[in-house]
Amino acid sequence: MDLGLWLPVLVLIPMAGGAMCWWTERFGLGWPRWIAAFCFGLDLILLLFLWAQADLHGGISHGEPVFLWEFERPWIPRFGISLHLGLDGLGLLLIGLTVVLGLVAVLCSWREIQQHVGFFHMNLLWNLAGVIGVFLALDLFLFFLLWEWMLVPMYFLIALWGHENPGGRGRVYAATKFFIFTQASGLIMLCAILALVFLHHQSSGLWSFNYIDLLQAELSAQAQYWLMLGFFVAFAVKLPALPFHSWLPDAHSQAPTAGSVDLAGVLLKTGAFGLMRFSITLFPEASAQFASTAMLIGVAGILYGACLALAQTDIKRFVAYTSISHMGFILLGLYAGNLMAMQGVVIQMLAHGISTGALFVLCGALYERIHTREFSRMGGLAKAAPKFATALMFFSLASLGLPGMGNFIGEILILFGAFQVAPLLTALAASGMIVGAVYALLLIQRSLHGPPGDLANMQDLVPREQGMMLALMALLLGMGLYPQPLLDTAHTTLQGLVYSFSGGGG
Amino acid sequence: MLFGVIAAPLCGALLLFALRGLSQAAVMRIGVGSISIAAILTALLTHGYLLKPQATTVWLWNWFTVDGLQVGLALYLDGLSLTMLGVITGVGALIHLYAAWYMQGDPGYRRFFAYMNLFVAAMLLLVLGDNLLSLYFGWEAVGLCSYLLIGFWHHDPANGHAARKAFITTRVGDTLMAIGLFLLFRELGSLEIQTVLARAQEQWPQGHELATACALLLLGGAVGKSAQLPLQTWLPDAMAGPTPVSALIHAATMVTAGVYLIARMHGLFELSPLALSTVGWVGAASLLLASGAALFQRDIKRILAYSTMSQIGYMFLALGAGAYSAAIFHLMTHAFFKALLFMAAGSVILALHHEQDIFRMGGLRKRLPLAFWSFLIGSAALSALPFVSAGFYSKDAILFAVWAQDHPLWWGIGVSGALLTGLYSFRLIFIVFFGPARGSQTSERPHPSSLAERIPLLVLMLLSIIGGFISIPALDVLPTLDPPHPLGILLLQIAVGLGGIALAWYRFGRRPQHAPELVGWRRLAASGWGFDVLYEHLLQRPWLTLARINRADLLDAPYTLLAALTRAGHRLIIRSQTGHLRWYVRALACGLILLCGSALWI
Repeated sequence: MDLGLWLPVLVLIPMAGGAMCWWTERFGLGWPRWIAAFCFGLDLILLLFLWAQADLHGGISHGEPVFLWEFERPWIPRFGISLHLGLDGLGLLLIGLTVVLGLVAVLCSWREIQQHVGFFHMNLLWNLAGVIGVFLALDLFLFFLLWEWMLVPMYFLIALWGHENPGGRGRVYAATKFFIFTQASGLIMLCAILALVFLHHQSSGLWSFNYIDLLQAELSAQAQYWLMLGFFVAFAVKLPALPFHSWLPDAHSQAPTAGSVDLAGVLLKTGAFGLMRFSITLFPEASAQFASTAMLIGVAGILYGACLALAQTDIKRFVAYTSISHMGFILLGLYAGNLMAMQGVVIQMLAHGISTGALFVLCGALYERIHTREFSRMGGLAKAAPKFATALMFFSLASLGLPGMGNFIGEILILFGAFQVAPLLTALAASGMIVGAVYALLLIQRSLHGPPGDLANMQDLVPREQGMMLALMALLLGMGLYPQPLLDTAHTTLQGLVYSFSGGGG
Repeated sequence: MLFGVIAAPLCGALLLFALRGLSQAAVMRIGVGSISIAAILTALLTHGYLLKPQATTVWLWNWFTVDGLQVGLALYLDGLSLTMLGVITGVGALIHLYAAWYMQGDPGYRRFFAYMNLFVAAMLLLVLGDNLLSLYFGWEAVGLCSYLLIGFWHHDPANGHAARKAFITTRVGDTLMAIGLFLLFRELGSLEIQTVLARAQEQWPQGHELATACALLLLGGAVGKSAQLPLQTWLPDAMAGPTPVSALIHAATMVTAGVYLIARMHGLFELSPLALSTVGWVGAASLLLASGAALFQRDIKRILAYSTMSQIGYMFLALGAGAYSAAIFHLMTHAFFKALLFMAAGSVILALHHEQDIFRMGGLRKRLPLAFWSFLIGSAALSALPFVSAGFYSKDAILFAVWAQDHPLWWGIGVSGALLTGLYSFRLIFIVFFGPARGSQTSERPHPSSLAERIPLLVLMLLSIIGGFISIPALDVLPTLDPPHPLGILLLQIAVGLGGIALAWYRFGRRPQHAPELVGWRRLAASGWGFDVLYEHLLQRPWLTLARINRADLLDAPYTLLAALTRAGHRLIIRSQTGHLRWYVRALACGLILLCGSALWI
């Protein structure tokens, strides 16, 4: 049997599940929750099955990307648009992350979300279905559609179930800001896609949105550069890279827990993924030309994010800024353009997804109990809630890049790789490790240690949350102590990427 | 068996983390037992090694392999790591036993032993890692445990501050070291220590800049962990942790990791005379400044902290002179007597209900005879009392090597440091144990003395006396120097050490002492020569101010501005829609005139 047939199923399960959630709300609030959890569980099983079947050492690619399985059905043949999906090792890992964090998002909303539970889960599932689709799409039209598809449910998640800051900017502000930023950048990408298709049509006489076809498009150097920039901006906003990052802290701090987990854990990764799949692969020469600028932006982001994190008083904003810092590493690694740095990027994406996701779950658990996100009202929580404290400490240490956890492998590989091409810049980036320690320890101090605040009588984590945290800890430790299976899974894809980046593919 | 040495404390730590609600006795059995098992295994390993001195590697698993970088978690045992192993597990087991007594009744008893066991496991990984990256793993993990244990009593923000300071300052060094690893890998294509050393000697001629750069970057890591200039400021503050922690981490093991690193990588340092002499100068400067600062401290633990810094300075001095085995020898004897001193200090502190100011102690000789004798023997070793102390042999080995290497200035610094050492260590003894009793002393002790307190002290006393006769197996790994021992120099060194003690008696021993008012340079010395203030104003403040100014994220401003402009334009257009016919007509007429006028102009 052709396993490629399972690819659309990966998207359809959460899609259909979302509709079911909405509909079954009438039978009771438990229904949507269980259905959502079940959908992600099913997807996870399917994915593990595919992973087990995958022949990861199959073809080493030279120029042509190699996919494990593809699925293609014509859709609008007149413009060369088809339902074209493809799964490779990179996509496999990222979809795995999506599904795991989807499960976490459902579990952490179990008690937090009490209103419109069905609609909430529908948005959650549809959003993640869009994300899974983005990781699979091999048709640029389809890709754009799914790219936009992700946004709307996320807008609702923030705008409807978000937190209202008394006196501050509210959830609608945050949701709108998020929407406008991504929408505007999406528009730029749409222009770039259309221009690419037109140019391809001009040179070959063929209308096609197919990724594989467009890889062959012949473009002048200048056209390549501009198109690359168009894609880059769209993905850089999502990542987010430095001047485009300001939507993130607002969106994170106002979003409900599940929304933050989703945003930080998965949505940001679509930016990095887009850079890898499209911006770099479609325009390798232009990307190589642009590399030093992009790396500079990355390093600036590392330090800027870390510096701003220090000054935050709101725990969720704090984590948001640390995310910006970590995404800087990803940009640095991507444009270093060698295999080691790229492998580091993949591990960093997965590890950051898990550690930051977990941190947001903890922030949510905290908010549920003490109804504030202000550091000034915390302190001394370690005494009242030792399990909570252990988890928070574990994930803060992971985020400062302590060896033994996945984040360390990611960061160190990126730095090792980047040092080969840009030693001074990398040395500067490495100083992010110092600032990282400063902010992570400050988080521990402000929330857990010190004299107990007025809210110190906090309930500790309940078994549901404990289980979630233990599972995520185990994943992160596994990633840190034995990352080889993950490295092997992504290897073929990345090698192709490096090959085209270094100009070998022409 | 080698794996077992690491596995025992690691399992101990995991058990203690996982099993909440253990009784104190059970915690003690697991916590102390695991280290004791490691110590016994080390003894067996030593026996095996002495029979057949041969380096062995135990492969655990392949950590990761990426694009030519293969990093295995493997343990490498040779004479050098075996010596470190002995110190870590041997002294570690004694300190654990002592801690079982010291920490009695603390609500965080289980957590404490979990951290301590984890620390020992990490420290063992550091010295056994055969790969620079697994060494770095241990390097960071001991830093974490040090952080957790300094801030162990975390309800006091000051302890948290000290812990953060320690972690972040050493992290600065760690980052330099990481950059060193990047450079080594880029140039030599491997991180396996033996391969790196072999390739470095093949590829780089003597004095090559890259060798110097790598060595200096590694030195950056070493000065951070070993609290040497200029990253030394964290160590005195690290005394905020419970005293057994100071004994284990901040005296016997972790702070000497830098010495181990340089000794381990000595093949690289040999390639660069510049780096090697930098090591020596760092040591010389640190030993002088630290022993000067120790002279003016009032806190019993801070005196010992500065003393540790200066003793590590001696080790660096030895490394700089190429006397690696002398450095490791001193590392070992220092672990004995400094652990002894710290634990004795702990007994004093507990007996006085957490009083640490030496000017509020006094006359404790009779009340705490065990602590008194421990201090006497430990201080004798510290100030290198001739023939009857371990410190004498190791310190003399260093000074002779420096003398033989034609570094009269270093030798001079080392000898004057010896004078200061005698002075500050016996100042402490005279003030604390002689003279009248002072301060708020109650007679009953919170912790009755027990075997768990006495055994470690007695064993370490013995080791501080006879430790100089232990022949360390590190000698076959490190190049041996056999410097001549000119009699005149020997006598001079002995005389200076005794002179320091005599001076201490003359100045502090003859009459009761009161806390002096510190002014001028004395105050500067007491504050650790002002480095804290310097760093605070130079680095910390500007960075935090910058962060605070930019709290609202300046880069958000353009977008806010854009939004505001759009809204302003929107309002402007709304203003034109007044609904008054007269206004519309007027606007229409103006528009027409403008239009026709512009058409005419063109």
